[in-house]
Amino acid sequence: MDRLPYFVQHHRALGIDHFLIVDNDSDDGTAKWLADQPDVSTWTTPHGYKASRFGVDWLTVLLARYGHGHWCLTLDADELFVYAHHDRRNLRALTDWLDVTGRPTMGAMMLDMYPRGALGSGASDPEKDPIAGIPYFDAGNYVMIRQPKLQNLWVQGGPRARAFFRADPRRAPTLSKVPLVRWNRRYAYVSSTHSLLPRYLNHVYGRHGGEAPTGILLHTKFLPTILSKSVEEMSRRQHFENSNLYDEYYDALASGPVLWTEASTRYHGWQQLEGLGLLSRGGWD
Amino acid sequence: MTLGFVLLVHTAFDRAEQVARYFAANDCPVIIHVDGKVKPRTFKDFRDRFQGEPLVRFSRRTRVEWGTWSLVRATQFAAERLLDNFPDVRHVFLASGSCLPLRPVAQLKDYLATHPETDFIESVTTHQVTWTVDGLETERFTLRFPFSWRKNRRAFDTYVRLQRRFGLRRRIPDGISPHLGSQWWCLTRRTLESILNAPDRPAVDSYFSKVWIPDESYFQSLSRRYSADIESHSLTLSKFDVQGKPHVFYDDHQPLLERSDCFVARKIWPHAERLYSTFLDDERPIKRHADPNPGKIDRVFSKANERRGRGRPGLYSQARFPAPGFENGLSCARYNVFSGFEQVFHQFEPWLARRLGGRVHGHLYHPDQVEFAGGETVMNGCLSDSPALRDYRPEQFLTNLLWSTRGERQSFFYGPGDTPQIGSFLARDPNATLAIISGAWVVPLHTSNMDFDEIKAEAARLQRAEIMFLRTLRATGVAARVHLWTLAEFVEQPIEKLQNILDEITGPGPRRLTDLPQMRDISGLPDFLLQLRNGGIKPQVVGDFGSMPTRINRAAQERSQNVR
Repeated sequence: MDRLPYFVQHHRALGIDHFLIVDNDSDDGTAKWLADQPDVSTWTTPHGYKASRFGVDWLTVLLARYGHGHWCLTLDADELFVYAHHDRRNLRALTDWLDVTGRPTMGAMMLDMYPRGALGSGASDPEKDPIAGIPYFDAGNYVMIRQPKLQNLWVQGGPRARAFFRADPRRAPTLSKVPLVRWNRRYAYVSSTHSLLPRYLNHVYGRHGGEAPTGILLHTKFLPTILSKSVEEMSRRQHFENSNLYDEYYDALASGPVLWTEASTRYHGWQQLEGLGLLSRGGWD
Repeated sequence: MTLGFVLLVHTAFDRAEQVARYFAANDCPVIIHVDGKVKPRTFKDFRDRFQGEPLVRFSRRTRVEWGTWSLVRATQFAAERLLDNFPDVRHVFLASGSCLPLRPVAQLKDYLATHPETDFIESVTTHQVTWTVDGLETERFTLRFPFSWRKNRRAFDTYVRLQRRFGLRRRIPDGISPHLGSQWWCLTRRTLESILNAPDRPAVDSYFSKVWIPDESYFQSLSRRYSADIESHSLTLSKFDVQGKPHVFYDDHQPLLERSDCFVARKIWPHAERLYSTFLDDERPIKRHADPNPGKIDRVFSKANERRGRGRPGLYSQARFPAPGFENGLSCARYNVFSGFEQVFHQFEPWLARRLGGRVHGHLYHPDQVEFAGGETVMNGCLSDSPALRDYRPEQFLTNLLWSTRGERQSFFYGPGDTPQIGSFLARDPNATLAIISGAWVVPLHTSNMDFDEIKAEAARLQRAEIMFLRTLRATGVAARVHLWTLAEFVEQPIEKLQNILDEITGPGPRRLTDLPQMRDISGLPDFLLQLRNGGIKPQVVGDFGSMPTRINRAAQERSQNVR
């Protein structure tokens, strides 16, 4: 609930026609707020996030039933989608162009945003742009390989890898996603929105030297509420395949660390991200 | 009523209507061809919108497939009708439903009035064509293409291969000189009538109906046959991306489109409200009267095409992850790697930093720590000093460092004691300058207080690692600039060698090296090497210290001269 109003506002401004939201048993007034929105349909479930394969089962059903033939942007509530020209060309312009160039999918990397001070300090207003409170990010410490089986790109790095997984980088969170898909009922997300089947849909990156059109998901996980959230997540043990392995991670998070460093970069917009090589217009000029 | 338009429409009917009405309001007749694939109901609705508009009429319809004869056929239908119905028309302008006039039509009319006999059609001989995406240039005219390139690519390619293998060729009809060019043109009545009323038109049409992409060659070739005066460029601004798909223009392109001074542009995104409202408003103040100059905006689009096609060298990202061999540059900038120097000289690192500028790191690939310059724990871009993170993807650690420090020279030390995984990358990267003194690791070792067995073990380990690295440098495919000396060779003339390296890195400077760092005392080396050899470790990489004493003396003399 601390994110939804701005989440909806941001993506409404990008030209989303309709929001399909899965409310996983919230008790903070989310359901009521969603019910008041004219362009939101809500599904509520009391079942565990883990039991639904981290939400993938819910997505699969909704996308198959309502997404067929539409461009669908699949996001978590703590992600804000940005792409080249997003401040002057809406998603319809983008997807029309993707249609013209014959691309059924577009990739995006999650960019973890964090505050200047310790995590958990400060306050945030759900109606306001959360990036104002957490404007910093890591500009150039991302590593990746191409996974042979699904042919998707596996990107890791960023502040979480640097601060919490510096001894065991393999376990650092996956940052690559394929959130924008011209959906077909034959498609399926495999793990979160990191990869899909059939696997050619994962070819969202340039393999022959060129740059493919790519967006960024501004990840607002580290809003001030992160501390209470991570305590709750740890007790629910719903977020990882092998939850015990991540105890240290939650302990570290709950202690309110500072992610900011002298080398952190302050967010100024998509042009800056493009200059840094984090997103690309991919020939969409 | 001297200028008439042929409008090919298959979608975005509202915009086509807007543009057609604009032309008609400016006293220009318009013949619209609506794609035969459009449902009769939709067509009828569209046609009915123009009731009471005598200048807008519709031509016979045909189903249009991209890249096929049907597109020419549709153009012929509409052009015939236009010439027939409006005898005053002197120029015919071919446009599509996604075209938008950028300047008032009155200006276009004036321009054409000053060129009454000129045909504006891009028309280039096949030898000069550089833009085709499929690589078919001359063969467009000599092979047959019965299969759809878009829908049946495999059959298309196979059939092309078969014809090449068996040398099957079509005869080009007499009097046809194959030319290619943009599909969008503006022809005079005389030229167009000559083409459409040619006595051999059935034969010519039947030939072109099997040419590949005839809409880019039919009028382009035939106007060469009949025209008195061709200006070989299109009056329509259209840009193509690396895949041969047209660039689309949006509201934010408005200043760019104005600057181009072109009369018409395509394609316009149908929802670009501001472009349509601006450019279809003839009341707007007109400041520009220059001749069309699409070149002004070429630069912008060629940069986009470059990004799309070749990308930024040295960038690895969610947008760009080239397969091996497609990197177009393994890293983004030149950098320098020194090996052994810090063991031969005292305080070499600070000295080098003063000489080279930029950032001089320590051993970036030291197994226990990442020695960033100045002892930093994070580098630009928040690159961490964790050895585990570095060793997880050692090559991307380096490419990330170089990417985030673009514009600043990077140098670091690398030796046989460091993690070896990065070695082959350094050797393959043309951006790397490697300066290596092999066997320099014996210098600290020979004054070490360690137990001799430990020294031997260490010497064996370092020598093995160095031999492996040197082997990498001799492999095929080494692209780095490598300067390699054995320790013995180096100490013979250290200043000259150092000078050469620094000159290569920073460009030749007027200054000779004067403030050389102090060399460590290596007078005990020959004995130490003998000891090693007798202990069972054969020194293989330090070079020949057979006549050591004199050489050392010479080096020392040389040094003392220069220090003064």
